[in-house]
Amino acid sequence: MREYDVAIVGAGPAGMSAASQAAALGLSVVLMDEQPRAGGQIYRNVGAASRGRLDWLGPDYAHGRGLVEQLASAPGVTHLTSATVWDVSSALEVSYLQGGSAAQCRAKHLIVATGAMERPSPLPGWTLPGVMNAGAAQIMMKVGGAVPEGRIVLVGGGPLLYLVAVQLLDAGAQVAALLETSPKHNRRPAMRHLMGALRAPGYLIKGMRLLARIRRAGVAHHFADAEVAIEGGDTAEAVVFNAGGKANRIAVDTVLLHHGVIPNVQLTRMLRLEHDWDARQLAWRPRCDAYGVSSHEAISVTGDGAGIGGARAAECSGAIAALGAACRLGVIDASALQAKAAPLLAEHQAQLRIRPFLDTLYQPPDWLLTPTDDTIVCRCEEVTAGQIRDMARLGCTGPNQTKFFSRSGMGPCQGRMCGVTVAQLIAQTRGVSVEDAGYYRIRPPLKPIPLAALASMDETPPAG
Amino acid sequence: MFREVDASRLDEAPACHIEVDGHKVAVREGEPLAAALLKAAVIPMRHSVVSGEPRAPYCMMGVCFECLVEVDGVPNVQACMTSVREGMTVRRQHGARQIGGQA
Amino acid sequence: MASGQDTEFLVIGGGVVGAAIAYGLLRRGRTVRLLDEGDDAFRAARGNFGLVWVQGKGAGNPGYARWSCAAARDWQGFADELEHRTGTDLQLQQAGGMHLCLNDDEMAARQLELDTVASRIGEPYPYEMLDPAQLARLLPSVGPEVVGGSFSPLDGHVSPLRLLKALHQAIDALGAQHEAGVRIDDLAHVGGRFVARAPNHVFEADRVVLAAGLGNALLAPMLGLEAPVTPVRGQVLVCERAAPFLPLPTLHVRQTGDGSVQIGDSKENVGMDDGTSIDQLSRIAARAVRCFPVLANVNVVRAWGALRVMTPDGLPIYEESPTCPGAFVVTCHSGITLASAHAGVLAAWLDGGERPAHIDTFTADRFHVQRS
Repeated sequence: MREYDVAIVGAGPAGMSAASQAAALGLSVVLMDEQPRAGGQIYRNVGAASRGRLDWLGPDYAHGRGLVEQLASAPGVTHLTSATVWDVSSALEVSYLQGGSAAQCRAKHLIVATGAMERPSPLPGWTLPGVMNAGAAQIMMKVGGAVPEGRIVLVGGGPLLYLVAVQLLDAGAQVAALLETSPKHNRRPAMRHLMGALRAPGYLIKGMRLLARIRRAGVAHHFADAEVAIEGGDTAEAVVFNAGGKANRIAVDTVLLHHGVIPNVQLTRMLRLEHDWDARQLAWRPRCDAYGVSSHEAISVTGDGAGIGGARAAECSGAIAALGAACRLGVIDASALQAKAAPLLAEHQAQLRIRPFLDTLYQPPDWLLTPTDDTIVCRCEEVTAGQIRDMARLGCTGPNQTKFFSRSGMGPCQGRMCGVTVAQLIAQTRGVSVEDAGYYRIRPPLKPIPLAALASMDETPPAG
Repeated sequence: MFREVDASRLDEAPACHIEVDGHKVAVREGEPLAAALLKAAVIPMRHSVVSGEPRAPYCMMGVCFECLVEVDGVPNVQACMTSVREGMTVRRQHGARQIGGQA
Repeated sequence: MASGQDTEFLVIGGGVVGAAIAYGLLRRGRTVRLLDEGDDAFRAARGNFGLVWVQGKGAGNPGYARWSCAAARDWQGFADELEHRTGTDLQLQQAGGMHLCLNDDEMAARQLELDTVASRIGEPYPYEMLDPAQLARLLPSVGPEVVGGSFSPLDGHVSPLRLLKALHQAIDALGAQHEAGVRIDDLAHVGGRFVARAPNHVFEADRVVLAAGLGNALLAPMLGLEAPVTPVRGQVLVCERAAPFLPLPTLHVRQTGDGSVQIGDSKENVGMDDGTSIDQLSRIAARAVRCFPVLANVNVVRAWGALRVMTPDGLPIYEESPTCPGAFVVTCHSGITLASAHAGVLAAWLDGGERPAHIDTFTADRFHVQRS
């Protein structure tokens, strides 16, 4: 089994930056990612994007190109592309699937840089074809050079919703409406964080520009009073909601949902690291120190996977985690660590100043966090919010017994799409904190793998 | 369901062809299969295992498992995580997959 | 200090064993409080393979063979009643079960084991050894490496998930006091009654049944009982849902009523570690693919480690405390197969009835004899 100083899972901004930094310190590095190219979701495909596409998608996307180029020129980085990590043992043996075959490598230190995923948006009709995440539509622009045909309605809240709207408008797509769901009562508490936000580099100005562009394009802009529903038969046909006390129904071809992003904790949960419920970001985050070191001293978590901070913060934190790992492995001493990390830590803090404002202003509404009874929560097994509540009333104190009794989280997505909602529904029904309700115990394989690939790792001699 | 934008903005990957449910479909070499299928309006992309409801890609980044299709005879492949190749054969799934033999 | 109203019975343990007993007592008109641990309990049922199985059980103890066979024969009636009460389909299928052999040595060992049980059980014991052609008629997807197998018409399978859920539903419907998230750390016999203490809770009852799985090891001595149980880990693979391909369960591979393919098992002494390991998982996977080559491209969705509750000889303990009458310990590792018996004749015994003859030898003093 090949051994590396550092194994990094995820080649987004945090993973790329960690790999480049670790390699620069002379460490041997393996960087593993499911995609054929480095970049993660935020910089997906950026290394292969044409000038025209970079101009279209904007400078924040184009920024990723520098990280990709830096990674490509870093000595001593083995970049395993299209490699799916599906198990990590306590001895840091990493099992992955590449080209349909199972393989393993070992590391002295593991850096988890698995990033974020969009918060699932369980609202009535969200499983209909024609409904997808706003980020999914953005991926279609990045990898497919394509935008939805026909009428588009964007539903949710947060900066990405505005950015996707503008990118669609710039491509000539038909944005019929922007429907914001963030409760109005978020605004006053958000204002308390305005001073911090003003000290964060450039974010507020960018947001205002995006909103101005949307306004100039004449896009209808609504603020939902309560639950939004999507109606349709074989595909989405209309978005139905109340705004300003009036009932609305907007005909659509495509609905794009976005309620912020949350850490993708699948790997950190499988590793059984300590996690905390972040009551402002309304998401679980692995417990880490300033250098990203988790409750396991040989495992660091960096980037949005450790708590949402955005791409620029992730870039800083990746390099910080690599420095921390280098110090633990004895490549640099504590004073060198402090000296090298100080400017990165300062920049990281600066990038995070916008978060309290954004997290508070765009906190999703309760009807999304704990949906009405008929709404599907687990898309794979089609388990509704009402069924989850029934399980809580039957005596299930957390998501694991609930999963056992209802099949929520048993499908191929392995609980990624329902985990955060199930925990909140149980907490709500039983009148306990989300932390007390807990989370799914994530079991290997981290992604479904063919039985034959697992069987190929059997080393026992055949009997008889 | 999706259309490609103005070609001047694109990095013209060469066209190739795949077969979807017996129909020949023009796609761009190396792009994710789910993106190619969305552009070819292959909607719904499957019918669910539990109720038979129509489904289509939701996340495009490998976490939702809504884009499962049969690729070259192998069921339940994530189309968003699979790059298209010339001659790829794709079938949509209606309900649970088969084990051994064709439905 | 919450205590709630008094009940006749306190059942400690909300897994399949405790829930079946509580259900049986409630059905008899008793008042019951069921205490269950939290969401992170080491619940054997969660990793259970769901077999209602008799073939091969009790080679060294005919009483256990008879007890298992009687439970298997009662299962359909038990399931019918539970389904009727709750509306939950248990997905019981009892059309027989198969044990597959990959070489002649396995086949010979299997035949010897079943012949041994049959010669000692003292009642009809139906089973058949099948050659590959006979096997292929029952299980068309079996692979060429399988040289034969054994078949028992008494065997079958059920959803352990649905069974536990249905038991909890039935218990609630029958009016049990059901406390979840409680871990008892002290038990006492005071003035002829039993007092159980947990942080922030005190419970009292006339009788107490310890059905806490591995937790019994610590609880039993508090009431003059013994439960020398240790964990034996089993690992199980769960694959994606598929259209039906396997009409009968086998000891190592079965297809659930939901279409998922379950593959087990392993036996490891690893203490309280309910994780998984690649060496065992890959071995289990390799054997499954040799038995059923069509499974090669089926995706594994999750792998489980679960802890069996094992006594030194693998047999159950059913015992009333000699020093604290009214306190009982119940422990076994076949909570699914025996559920019908636990809800039936065992509950009757706990409720003051006659001790079933089959379980005569299942007291903990047998371990003293072995040691001396």
